[in-house]
Amino acid sequence: MGRAKLPRKSTNIDMTAMCDVAFLLLSFFILTTKFKPAEAIAVTTPNSVAAKVAPDKDLVLITIDKDGKVFLSMDDEQVKETVANTLNNTMNLGLNVAAFKKAGFYGAPFSSLSQFLSIPEEQRKGDRLPGIPVKDSSDNQLVTWMRVIKDAYMGKKMNLLLKGDNAAKYPAFKSVIDAFKKNDELKFQMITNPESVPTGSELWKRTMSGEKREE
Amino acid sequence: MAEMDTSSSGGHKKGPGVKKGKKLSTRVDLTPMVDLGFLLITFFIFTTTMSQPTAMKLFLPKDADKPEDQNKAKESGVITLLLGKDNNVFYYEGQLDNSASNFKSSNFHDIRTVLLDKKSRTPEKDLVVILKASSESTYRNLVDILDEMSINVLKKYALVDILPIEEQLIKASEAANAPSASN
Repeated sequence: MGRAKLPRKSTNIDMTAMCDVAFLLLSFFILTTKFKPAEAIAVTTPNSVAAKVAPDKDLVLITIDKDGKVFLSMDDEQVKETVANTLNNTMNLGLNVAAFKKAGFYGAPFSSLSQFLSIPEEQRKGDRLPGIPVKDSSDNQLVTWMRVIKDAYMGKKMNLLLKGDNAAKYPAFKSVIDAFKKNDELKFQMITNPESVPTGSELWKRTMSGEKREE
Repeated sequence: MAEMDTSSSGGHKKGPGVKKGKKLSTRVDLTPMVDLGFLLITFFIFTTTMSQPTAMKLFLPKDADKPEDQNKAKESGVITLLLGKDNNVFYYEGQLDNSASNFKSSNFHDIRTVLLDKKSRTPEKDLVVILKASSESTYRNLVDILDEMSINVLKKYALVDILPIEEQLIKASEAANAPSASN
């Protein structure tokens, strides 16, 4: 009597379905990832344990680069237009409003601002630009900028952000906060990279015990 | 040389009862491809969540013009931190002595112990940390020291302009410490 043959099953699994899922997810993540735009101003931000995510709209961002040069950027088109018009009216700068709206950041004294706007966007690189003059406390142009921007926001909430380079010296920071203070903008946020809370520190103990962190 | 003669591999000869060579399957092993796919997915997942910058809030006090409006701090509860260049930190408790004998030097690593020590010795409502950054210190130093405030849960701190005398003291002690620091 012949034994009944058990069909030998293959151990190979069909990977096609899994492969499909993997690549579907992959394409999803690639497409949804926002790539960092090429930065015109190279800034390495310091680390902090702050856990609050930086806001991403209605921003007024002040950047201090490693040489202490100060740049300013805004994201609201409407505000940009108002700012350009106000600057034109009050100081007679003759700015091209369309170019002003398109510019990603501003980094020149008022006297050469229209010249700055005439440089093609891709050639505006932080290290070749003069930055907004802030060093001299009698001619801190950021004070004017902040006043104009504050007026343009007209009481609407704006997120004042400060992004400084690790190597920037303190006086540059000081003149920037002086400009904030003069405009009564006493609340601002500093952009940092996240860092974990050191184990065993007071803050760590509090977080572990479930206490809510104060920002 | 590059091609191998497979017709007579191993010296086997097709005998009369041997079946013809199997038809090669068109199936490809997709396992490495799946591996690669998931590797890339993990990469993208990690890079997207990690690059989210955080923000630390800082509230500035309004400058008080009149001396009577200014905040008063008890001398015993005050510790002043001074930021020098090359990540040096100096500190003194209370007021600076005329002979600067309570002026001590530290660094960003040890300052936590100093602050915790001070915190344990002082009633919470009296404790005020005064931060003074010299013109040689960097923005990173400032963020680090503000971070130290939140790490050690010190609620009262103030950013104050440095006095010329303190700046000189920093310079002097940095010059004195320079040879030992280079070791």
